[in-house]
Amino acid sequence: MSSPFLSVENLSKSFGGVQAVSQVSFELEENKVLGVIGPNGAGKTTLINLLTGFVRPDTGKVLFKGQNLAGLRPYKIANLGVARTFQMVKPFYQLPAFKNLVLPLRSPRARHLIGGRYGDLDAVAKDLLEEVGFERDSWVIYKHASVLPHGYLKRLELARCIALSPELIVLDELFSGLSLAEVASLVPVIDKLKVQGKTIIMVEHRLRELFRIADQVVVMNFGQKIADGKPKEVMEQQSVREAYLGSEEEEGGDA
Amino acid sequence: MAKRLERLDRGIKVRSDDIFALNSWREMLYIIAPRVLPVLLLLVVGVWASTYWQRVIMQVCMIGLLAISWDLLAAVGMVSLGQALFFGIGAYIAGVLNHYLGMSPWLTIPLATVGGAAVCTFLLLPVLRLRGIYFSMVTLILPLMIERIIEATKVFGGTEGLSGIESLPQGMTELIAAMVVVWIALFSFTRMMNSDYGLILKGINDNDRAVMSAGLNIYYYKAQALFLSSGVAAFAGAFITHAYQFVGMPVFALDYSILPIAAAAVGGMGTLAGPLLGCFILVPMNELLRGLGGMRTVIYALLLVVFTVGLPEGIFHYIKRKYTQFERWVEVDS
Repeated sequence: MSSPFLSVENLSKSFGGVQAVSQVSFELEENKVLGVIGPNGAGKTTLINLLTGFVRPDTGKVLFKGQNLAGLRPYKIANLGVARTFQMVKPFYQLPAFKNLVLPLRSPRARHLIGGRYGDLDAVAKDLLEEVGFERDSWVIYKHASVLPHGYLKRLELARCIALSPELIVLDELFSGLSLAEVASLVPVIDKLKVQGKTIIMVEHRLRELFRIADQVVVMNFGQKIADGKPKEVMEQQSVREAYLGSEEEEGGDA
Repeated sequence: MAKRLERLDRGIKVRSDDIFALNSWREMLYIIAPRVLPVLLLLVVGVWASTYWQRVIMQVCMIGLLAISWDLLAAVGMVSLGQALFFGIGAYIAGVLNHYLGMSPWLTIPLATVGGAAVCTFLLLPVLRLRGIYFSMVTLILPLMIERIIEATKVFGGTEGLSGIESLPQGMTELIAAMVVVWIALFSFTRMMNSDYGLILKGINDNDRAVMSAGLNIYYYKAQALFLSSGVAAFAGAFITHAYQFVGMPVFALDYSILPIAAAAVGGMGTLAGPLLGCFILVPMNELLRGLGGMRTVIYALLLVVFTVGLPEGIFHYIKRKYTQFERWVEVDS
């Protein structure tokens, strides 16, 4: 392969006087899991928004399989195979859980990959929900999203993301607000996605779980990349320790 | 001993995957009656009514279309305060085509429906990005602006308007046509909103960012919803123009923007049938109170307040709940 799977070059974004992301560059190989960590306000979520088109970068490029994603609209990027989840869950509250997946399944990309626009989308949706850990044939998948507990909504968020059959999955704090048991049951789901050949970018505060999954870690602080490499190497760097020690109480708590 | 109201769904809709199993004529009737009875009832009342009340019913149907159109837009998250824009543009297109080109109503009404929808969609295309109150503000201003433009430039008859427009076949034909269109609009749009396509539209109302991340172009879908909605309202405008044989500046009046919203508030939003029901209450009530002169508006407004305070969910939601659920008081031990 001539061009890398994902290559981010000098990505910058400022909101007013605040430099949320400044001159961030990194590369990611196919079928690897990249963890993005850093203290609160480090620009992790802005980075995700820049990658998926929800925020337009001031400067810089996002090359996905050689194509520049910077400046494209979110739905176009999704149809190119970069799907994301939101930190604050965004389900369609008026719809039953399985009907939530009909929307991504109606997207041009999913239609093209599943083939045929009149296929039974409900059945596909139920398969997807089973994949992320919903019990098949349980009442839960018929319930409106407005009455589902947080743990299920996070799974729904992930299901909506993989319904697009993406090549690159961007997870924005998937584990936040979940109990240890719930996180433990989601980790195998992500492992399975990796086995299927997906490339994953995870923004996470739960370092222990993240380091078990991640192949590569990017550490951010005040909008800048301060470290990049294998999880163990990164955590031994002095600058990373300083960034984290400064906010030990907030960040170290759940790690 | 405290008591609480327990509600149970009537066990008609047995869900076996996606098929609703109906076991008897009684169950079939349970599903069909609420849909067929209003259609028959309106037909019977329409046939027996005096010529004056037939006209009122025709007017109710047209305002009903405006209300359905409003509710459709609201279901996609676009709260319009300017139904008069859609209504007026449809009315003027039909009027102009008939007055200057002498086209028959059978040609002008379809042309005004499609043309009106296209014009309105084009006019509002730049503001589709706006959400919530900002979209509402623009739609509120546009019809008032067009009214002033017509007054200032004196196009299409200016303040006088265009009169002597060819009428529709008087009496029953006009009335039946109005009814048929209302029922077609109601049932087809209800069906559409329950299809997968409708799910996307509802999803945009729920969470537009999530729809974008699902790989769907929300502006494309919003524009389609706007086209459908403004088409329905433009039809109402064109129909009224031919029925009254006149088109003028009043078609852009605030009344046509406010009435659908009042109807939706009374009838119940988000159901399409609710706003239509609201029209069947508000418009005839307005006619009945006509003899009271100046007091009419006061009583009308009071009734609106009573409805909204007494049944904030809307009449249709209330009836639907009573129809589909058993209710009983059960004792709670605490």
